[in-house]
Amino acid sequence: MISAAGGVFQVMLWGFIATAAMSAVMFGSQRLGYSRLSLPFLIGTMFTGDRSAANVAGLVFYLMGGWLFAFIYYFIFASIQLSSWWLGAILGTMHAVVLLVLLLPMLPYMHPRMATEYDGPAVRRRLEPPGFLALHYGYRTPLATVLAHALYGAILGARFAF
Amino acid sequence: MDAPEAALLEARALGTDAFPDIGDYAPIGDCRTIALVAKNGSVEWLCLPHFSSPSVFAAALDRGGGRFSVRPAVPARVKRRYRPGSNVLVTTFECDSGTLELTDCIVLPRCGPDFELEPQHELLRELHCTVGEVPVEIVFAPRPDYGRCTPAFRRRGRIAWQCTRFHAGAFIRSDIELAPLDEGSLSARYTLKGGDVRHISFVYDEHEICAFPPLGAHARARLEATTAWWRKWSARCTYAGEHREQVLRSLLALKLLTCCTSGAVMAAASASLPEWIGGDRNWDYRYCWLRDSALVLDAFVSLGFEEEAQAFLGWLLHATRLTWPRLQVMYDLYGETRLKERRLEQLSGYRGSRPVRTGNAAHSQLQLDIYGELILTAQRFVEAGGELDLVERRMLAGLAGTVCKLWREPDQGIWEARREPRHHTFSKGMCCLALQGLMNINQRMPLGIDADKIRGEAQAVRNEIEAKAFNPKLNAYVGYFGGDEADASLLLLARHGYQPAAHPRMLGTYDFIAKELMRNGLVYRFSTASRYDGLGSPDNAFAACSFWAAEYLAGIGRRDEARALFQRLLTCANDLGIYAEEIDAGGHPTGNTPQGFTHVGLISAALAIDSLDSGRKS
Repeated sequence: MISAAGGVFQVMLWGFIATAAMSAVMFGSQRLGYSRLSLPFLIGTMFTGDRSAANVAGLVFYLMGGWLFAFIYYFIFASIQLSSWWLGAILGTMHAVVLLVLLLPMLPYMHPRMATEYDGPAVRRRLEPPGFLALHYGYRTPLATVLAHALYGAILGARFAF
Repeated sequence: MDAPEAALLEARALGTDAFPDIGDYAPIGDCRTIALVAKNGSVEWLCLPHFSSPSVFAAALDRGGGRFSVRPAVPARVKRRYRPGSNVLVTTFECDSGTLELTDCIVLPRCGPDFELEPQHELLRELHCTVGEVPVEIVFAPRPDYGRCTPAFRRRGRIAWQCTRFHAGAFIRSDIELAPLDEGSLSARYTLKGGDVRHISFVYDEHEICAFPPLGAHARARLEATTAWWRKWSARCTYAGEHREQVLRSLLALKLLTCCTSGAVMAAASASLPEWIGGDRNWDYRYCWLRDSALVLDAFVSLGFEEEAQAFLGWLLHATRLTWPRLQVMYDLYGETRLKERRLEQLSGYRGSRPVRTGNAAHSQLQLDIYGELILTAQRFVEAGGELDLVERRMLAGLAGTVCKLWREPDQGIWEARREPRHHTFSKGMCCLALQGLMNINQRMPLGIDADKIRGEAQAVRNEIEAKAFNPKLNAYVGYFGGDEADASLLLLARHGYQPAAHPRMLGTYDFIAKELMRNGLVYRFSTASRYDGLGSPDNAFAACSFWAAEYLAGIGRRDEARALFQRLLTCANDLGIYAEEIDAGGHPTGNTPQGFTHVGLISAALAIDSLDSGRKS
């Protein structure tokens, strides 16, 4: 059981490590040509239209999001008084499925710079939409996303003992 | 319409698909890659995301290799021009029913007022019907990976057509409705009426989420912004001589070949366009040759482009660290040294010229002249007021040791002979100049070299050349020690300062080269009859050597001959002033195009002739 005093530090530390590992898988799949999905870029372009600035700002928000989700995972493990790498991996997989099936396909209706297939690109809305399972960014995108999130969950599950 | 154009267009109307002449290709680019656009409006060469990546369009090497064609569906007369001071190409098709103006460019990033979320690359084509009405035929048939991949197309709603089956994001958008033609092709037939303007935008993102810049007025604004950027850049050219138009076009071609992300200057935009139609001299020139470096740097500095010169030297010294203290003949644009030569059996070659090669086996050859060229590049940079940091000085000092160790070795020579090594005179001369150059730099900024030893070695090389490379019977330096063959590269010995141009031995050498290697006012590199380079297959005149001859003549004050030769060479460019590597007997460009070495030769010769003219006037 993580003590209350050390709990926040543990979650912050391992949340950062898990986010870094997840990012490495996602960036790796991008550079290796498996997928063009970049969650930091999608987040960053909500705030700026400059590609470089969007990547940097998006990465900062993405790391913060990784920490936030680490707390959520922690509370889930705590609420069922069970944690292990495989449980974390299942949680991570579910997380990825929600992202791929629900959030990313809805993004064109929420993202201020993303084009929709219905209206086509406009002066401000010019980003390629992800489509169902983000398949527009490459047919291996779902696999890369699930693997990255499963790894994230597995790291947290392995470190948070109850 | 002249006869060949008429023939081409009539043939097209009948549905045949002949290769255009190599001189029909016009380059456009964004300093990261180059597209070659044929006179009939077809993009037939484009590698993405950068110069030496696999091609997306390669119809220049195989008619099924991929193309992006926009042209009238009826016979037309064709005229072409670049927008002045730019690399934005305008092709005008005059048909019986009207006139179509096709403007092509690869949009330069971050040059317009609105550069929000641009794609990595955008090939933008504007169709403007200026008079009457013109039926237009569009065919978009990419074949990525040198024609190995036939993509499928998927309609993304009102966004664009996406090319699938390959890893990158590649989309085509147009305000003309495109529809699938057959597997792997989209097409449209559309009639433009007077005043109509339409755009087609091909966007490409290698690893990123793609962005779609708007069409219509925004597309026109991007075209104008790209033109304005090129004009602003070319306006920095300080040359105001008689041949400004040709020099400026050469400079713009050189800039197209310069990689903006690394500073490297590619030898040419294409791979395996044949030096001899139907022959086997088909090489991949999408790399940076050290051989070209001193002349390229000279051209940039002479025309007022110190920033490009500095970037190029920086790239040279950075890229060569990987092999230091030895140098490799060529590197790729990011300094990659493994340039394995491969044959692309799936491509039939330009007019059947096989094999089609990528990579270049010459990268692992020993060519001693490159030490001279690199060190002379550094020397000229320092003489122009540039500073070398400690690491760069240490690198040069290391090269001194390599030259002292290697200069006695036989090598493959500047022409990359694929035969047993020989003691090439030009290579030895450049070794001598390398050692002298190091001493010159050492006088301005200490390199930590043993100056006495270097001086002694330089003298030893010179003694060797004078004893073994000068043939008294021929009264000329010959291509290799103890030989009796001419080699046009020896003209550069005067250019680089091994001997004064007016030295009796150089005068004799010029006469020998003119006698042996000049035909119809064009200079050949060497005689192929003796298998000088180990191949023995026929070869055309080497355009750069011809310009060196004009420059040499200017150097010895034979003004009229220099001007006559220069004027003769100006007639051998294509209709836009673009040169390939070689020139055939009919005066047409052959080989890879546009060729930086040739354009650098033109710039040097023009400057030499102008300097002679201004000397006379003063």
